[in-house]
Amino acid sequence: MGRLSLRFVALGYLGLLIIGPLAMMVLRTTEDLDGAWAAITDPNTVAAFKLTLLVTVIAVAVNTVFGIVCALVIVRGNIRGRGFLNAFVDLPLSLSPVIVGFSLVALYGANGWLGWFQRNGYEIIFSTPSIVLASIFVTLPFVAREVVPTLREIGTEQEQAAQTLGASGWQTFWRITLPSIRWAVVYGVVLTAARSIGEYGAVAIVSGNIEGVTQTATLRVEDAYQFAYGNYAPAYGISFVLAATAILVLLLMIVLQPKESRH
Amino acid sequence: MGRQKLVWIATVLAALVAAAAGAAATTAEKGSKAVTLNLVAYSTPRPVLTRLIEEFRKTPAGNDINIRASYGPSSAQGQAVANGLPADGVILNTGNDIIDLVDKGLINKNWDKQSYNGVVWNSVVVYGLRNGNPKKIKGWNDLTRPGVGVVTVNPFTGGIAKWNILAAYVAQRKLGKTEKQSIAYLQRFYKENVVSQDSSGSNATNTFLSGKGDVLLTFESEAINGKIPYVIPRQTMLIDVYIAAIEKSQYKTEWNAFSRYLKTYPAQKILAENGYRPVDKRAIAEFRKKFPVRAGETKINDKLLGGWQNVTKKWFDPRSSIMQRIAVSLGVPTG
Amino acid sequence: MGFVTTFLFVIVVLPIAAIVWTSTGSGWSGFWEVVSSPQAVAALKLTMILSTLAVLTTAVFGTIIAWVLVRDSFRGKSVVNAIIDLPFALPTIVAGLVIMALYGPRTPIDVTIGSFQFDANLTFTRGAIYVALLFVALPFVVRTVQPVLIELDQELEDAAKSLGASNLATFRRVVLPGILPGILSGVAMAFARAVGEIGAIVLIAGNLPFKTEVASIHLFYRIEQDPEGSAAVAVVLLALSFTVLLGIGALRWLVTRHERG
Repeated sequence: MGRLSLRFVALGYLGLLIIGPLAMMVLRTTEDLDGAWAAITDPNTVAAFKLTLLVTVIAVAVNTVFGIVCALVIVRGNIRGRGFLNAFVDLPLSLSPVIVGFSLVALYGANGWLGWFQRNGYEIIFSTPSIVLASIFVTLPFVAREVVPTLREIGTEQEQAAQTLGASGWQTFWRITLPSIRWAVVYGVVLTAARSIGEYGAVAIVSGNIEGVTQTATLRVEDAYQFAYGNYAPAYGISFVLAATAILVLLLMIVLQPKESRH
Repeated sequence: MGRQKLVWIATVLAALVAAAAGAAATTAEKGSKAVTLNLVAYSTPRPVLTRLIEEFRKTPAGNDINIRASYGPSSAQGQAVANGLPADGVILNTGNDIIDLVDKGLINKNWDKQSYNGVVWNSVVVYGLRNGNPKKIKGWNDLTRPGVGVVTVNPFTGGIAKWNILAAYVAQRKLGKTEKQSIAYLQRFYKENVVSQDSSGSNATNTFLSGKGDVLLTFESEAINGKIPYVIPRQTMLIDVYIAAIEKSQYKTEWNAFSRYLKTYPAQKILAENGYRPVDKRAIAEFRKKFPVRAGETKINDKLLGGWQNVTKKWFDPRSSIMQRIAVSLGVPTG
Repeated sequence: MGFVTTFLFVIVVLPIAAIVWTSTGSGWSGFWEVVSSPQAVAALKLTMILSTLAVLTTAVFGTIIAWVLVRDSFRGKSVVNAIIDLPFALPTIVAGLVIMALYGPRTPIDVTIGSFQFDANLTFTRGAIYVALLFVALPFVVRTVQPVLIELDQELEDAAKSLGASNLATFRRVVLPGILPGILSGVAMAFARAVGEIGAIVLIAGNLPFKTEVASIHLFYRIEQDPEGSAAVAVVLLALSFTVLLGIGALRWLVTRHERG
């Protein structure tokens, strides 16, 4: 196949699959800007954006710590069962969000193993904690997966040098290790944030869909669509905000990409 | 080195600030001294309930009461309450969703001894049609004509589907068909004509509005609010929408205030203006023209049906019932 | 290490164990009874078929796109490269709406030539699910093939061509074996993702039992009513995902062993 025809095929596919639909959505949003804006500024939508932000911040913070520690264990630790650890960390990537949500209900729901909490007023399911748990679950792998290859590449020379010079473990970590994996961590954080903002399936199952309280931005999109009566501008409006966020995230991803491996 | 540290510190600070802001936002409304009620309702009345909640807050009884609402398919919402969805009261459109909660001890068994037998508003099953009704659909037998596509709701998740099915069944029986023939009608109907079974009434409306099907079987209220031309078939069901308090609620007084408000004339008038059939006598009289009563309007207690307990067991038990058998029989191996 | 395992246990292992337990709530006979219900089987079947089709399509086009991005050069290439990640960064439910903007009820792709009418309205058809899966799967294949392509030594290809091999033969004999591990990795991840996809499908597929209901949707709407039955279907889905992942992993290992050996 000639070079040009391959290029044509590739660009055509992307045009039909991604660019075309995206352009169309922007067009539709502009057809009813008032409706779209009303939906975006609705107090329940604003509350949803705030909830998504809160959940994302927590998920990012938690999984960054976990990811770095986990990567250190996988690469530097020499415990048996490292392979298993690796597999478990990758598990959330291949799980359906429906299963994630469902498993949380099976565990923390009123009839679940740890149902005692739910039954006695410590609401987990149908309240913010379960949304946070679901988001942590699905974004678990990202930071770890980004840091592991970088850690492997760097090797331990610098750290060993520091230790022979008398640095404590913590100092070594903070001043040598952490800076060297800095960009991998940041990239992982960006991926985590994108995934967390976009989570729908698991959250739809555990949240209870309480307006203004447990609706995340993605649930809000579904909500706008459901009550659309055929006019989808509000749904498109909220989607537009999320799509713009996604594109922002994309730009960050390009700028911050670890120069070596990707492309 | 210094710059690096700054970046880290800045990031951590930003995270903390964002978290704090987020936490503050979500706890803000809990901080007030007002009582917050949790309402769990079925999907389609969201616009009118949002309005009614606003109006309720303007009344002296409702001044200090916040109401948070969750909307979704009736049966799914009922199940969610059973699974722990916070609720002080429910508004659901199928009797067995309520009965289910009564059985689980979440609703008092005398719930239907309240005013109007626990009903807060009514509606009827109607046919939503395309502009101009090109396929000239008027009655139940038109629905089984070849080429007629019907949009309805999954009876195991949404309430309107159950009313639709019962309406179809009763229509056949009243035309003189036997039990067996009526069920056969339903079988045919589901196999040949149903083109979509959405999870909730709202989704079905969207499906129809996006071009699928020729007829939408839905609430009269939904057709009105969706500005869909509709006809009320001669044989139809009078749909009861039930309201009940949740036993373990700490705010029974407040919930009762809300429940009582919904049945007062001003609230019922708003309901009627928005397409819902009122239960209040004065409102019924005032809106008689808007809500015609068909000769063949059947109630759930009709002897052909025998009330919700019987209907649920016979028609809608997910393990073994008429609809379950129909659902299974629809299976063609390669889909 | 202790921290890591405890964290994983609480967040991941415990919930999954709970779901497996729930599925056997009514015993193994109950499990099989539910899983072999015609509707569940149809949903699982549809999931497998549509996911396989989507992933195979993505394997082909994804490889082509990766090739063009690595070997070709034209203005705007970096923008095109960035677009590949969009399906990954976009919330899935937005992805569904985005796709329907072009392939939905008011699609501008509506051609009438004489008495022949074609429009690209895919709402509530299996086509919608197929396109949605293509959308979410794309980045997985492209991003696993790209790095492998970059590392591939072009000299081998040049040598083959100077010896008279056609482009196609060069691709088949020289390039393909080299990038196959990348393709297989991408396919495995894309498949796992496709099988579990919910957000992009839920608004646009219409979930008609036996016609457009996939396993994830089947589960989604049944969890409240029938926890045990749904758990059973969930476990089957899990097992299927794992089997395919293991299978492709094994395949990949075989392929690279052949190369290393």
